[in-house]
Amino acid sequence: MTQPAPAAEAATRKSTPADGGSPWRTKLVRFDVRTLSLLGVLAALVVIGGITQPDSFLDTDNVQLVLTQTSVIGVVTVGMTFVIISGGIDLSVGAIVALASVWATTVATQEYGFAGILFTAVIVGMGCGLVNGLLIAYGGMVPFIATLAMLAAGRGLALQITDGKTQMVTVDSVLDLGLRESYILGIPPLVLVFAGVTVVGWLLLNRTTFGRRTVAVGGNAEAARLAGIDVRRQRLYLYLLSGLCCGIAAFLLIVLSGSGQNTNGNLYELDAIAAAIIGGTLLSGGRGTITGSVLGVLIFTTIQNIFALNNLETATQQIAKGAIIVAAVLVQRRTAHTS
Amino acid sequence: MPTNTSRRGLLFGAAALSGGALLAGCTSNESKDEDTGGNEQQVADDKPGKKVTIGFAGPQADHGWLNAINDNAKERAKKYADVTLESTEGSNDTAAQIGQVETLINKKVDVLVILPADGKALTQVGLKAMKAGIPVVNLDRVFASPQAYRCWIGGDNYGMGLSAGQYIGEKLKDKKNARVVELAGLDNLELTKQRSKGFDDALKNYPNIKKVARQAADFTVESGQQKMSQLLQAQKNFDALWNHDDDQGVGALRAIKQAGRDDFLMVGGAGALSAFQAIKADDGVLKATVLYPPTMAASAIDLARALGQGKGVSGMAEFEIPSFVTCYSAVVDKDNVEQYMPTGFK
Repeated sequence: MTQPAPAAEAATRKSTPADGGSPWRTKLVRFDVRTLSLLGVLAALVVIGGITQPDSFLDTDNVQLVLTQTSVIGVVTVGMTFVIISGGIDLSVGAIVALASVWATTVATQEYGFAGILFTAVIVGMGCGLVNGLLIAYGGMVPFIATLAMLAAGRGLALQITDGKTQMVTVDSVLDLGLRESYILGIPPLVLVFAGVTVVGWLLLNRTTFGRRTVAVGGNAEAARLAGIDVRRQRLYLYLLSGLCCGIAAFLLIVLSGSGQNTNGNLYELDAIAAAIIGGTLLSGGRGTITGSVLGVLIFTTIQNIFALNNLETATQQIAKGAIIVAAVLVQRRTAHTS
Repeated sequence: MPTNTSRRGLLFGAAALSGGALLAGCTSNESKDEDTGGNEQQVADDKPGKKVTIGFAGPQADHGWLNAINDNAKERAKKYADVTLESTEGSNDTAAQIGQVETLINKKVDVLVILPADGKALTQVGLKAMKAGIPVVNLDRVFASPQAYRCWIGGDNYGMGLSAGQYIGEKLKDKKNARVVELAGLDNLELTKQRSKGFDDALKNYPNIKKVARQAADFTVESGQQKMSQLLQAQKNFDALWNHDDDQGVGALRAIKQAGRDDFLMVGGAGALSAFQAIKADDGVLKATVLYPPTMAASAIDLARALGQGKGVSGMAEFEIPSFVTCYSAVVDKDNVEQYMPTGFK
């Protein structure tokens, strides 16, 4: 299953898959087998939640809650999935979320209201992604090191901006977005943004040249280069994309928590990588799906939710989380091999 | 920190400390009340005395409370014309902080004030300073050996839980089958366990109250919001909430607002300005907060100065400054919030 997509094919704009048939059908079949196993894990969790806490787990409030809590880290994971598919890694996502959120909540930025906060968060996120991309694509740095440096620098800058203080948001239009009154047809706006990012991410990966190039670069960068893909530029775009996702996530986090703090986005890098891997993305690059990653994040949030509803102790939570991650990957592996 | 020493310290703390003005405000009553012993030892006061250089090795201020610790120490040192403060860059890194303290020892400062990133790990360097003849004031996170410090001053985590439990207990004592929820801090830290223990012990005095849920967050706004929203989902009705930390309380209050809940009373912890403001405004569930006062850093400077000048503490019959001072975890509610407002940290 680790066969990389042929680079030449990926480089062709309107390709017909080598394994024949319509692109839709092949995609959907592969998508189904992998995804079904993840859906199975998720369904098992839902059953566990439903049995242990029948009153609180399955009610609308809780479903809204789980989806809302998935949104922030979910958006980050979509960007991370692209980076990992291309054979890279982005360790700086948590730090970028922190930096973007504190920059966007400084007094100066808040003066410009909703748009000022959103704009700053997105620009700071993209700026960090651009630096990552330039260092990796044109500076020849290993992604692990470049983004590790960004992690350190981003956290440091966030700490410097806040001076360790929590920056409260005073812009009502931002705060209101996180309240129940803003739900659209029962769906929190945060979840709608997350859904939008997911759909765009899915289309970008599966229906565009950009997506095929990403897979090609991750499968075999040299082959991709020979096939005429500008690998360096592609890498630059990918880290920029990850930074953009972090900026959007930072804004969602501001809405959710009503504040900016330098501790925001703590350990997001690990959660996002883990979710992508559980979702079937190869850490070595060349393969991965947005749907899988999103299901991976959902599995994480659902686990946490079930733990909290059952009032489990922290130590028990951590042990159980480890066990469930292993189980999810094993189930995923097995079904992937038999497909 | 063993709880029995805390209790002993509590007595000292209650007697010696009031809102951080340990030594500063005491001038008038000592002659009329406390002239029993031959007062040979001089008592520290505001008047300029012997010049003292205090070395301060503080924490990295990545949290509101730690930031307030640094501010308090620096502000208080500025107040004294006879005090020079040599402060190092705050650090969470044990090795780096050991290096910083060693530098201060080499500079031959008169007294050291150290808030260690990790009390146990910094014990050796504390011993080294003491052996070099530099008295150490150990701030908050306690060294493993009493030989490593001349004086310890810090907060009372057990006492925080106790105060919070007693406050909630008194509020709910007439309610049948009252339900209480706890949003704890970082469970990896021993202090979190102590806070919970104090809380549980206090609630034992109120058999009508039952703690129905406890979840730990990470002392951050984000984790506070996340864990609280789940707690609210899990517990459809309860009467009181104790949240260990006002920083994560910002997130917890946000979650409570998002869930549209107002059917319980909430008690915070630490003493952040935003919590004081919410208590004063009295327009939400937050009715009180139990202190873990950052003013202890200012008091540490007072104690270090007294040590450097060879003076004692006013208001006490002892000739020397005490070896152990535990700050009292006072409850701040609507009635006394005005008094504490200036000590609130952002």
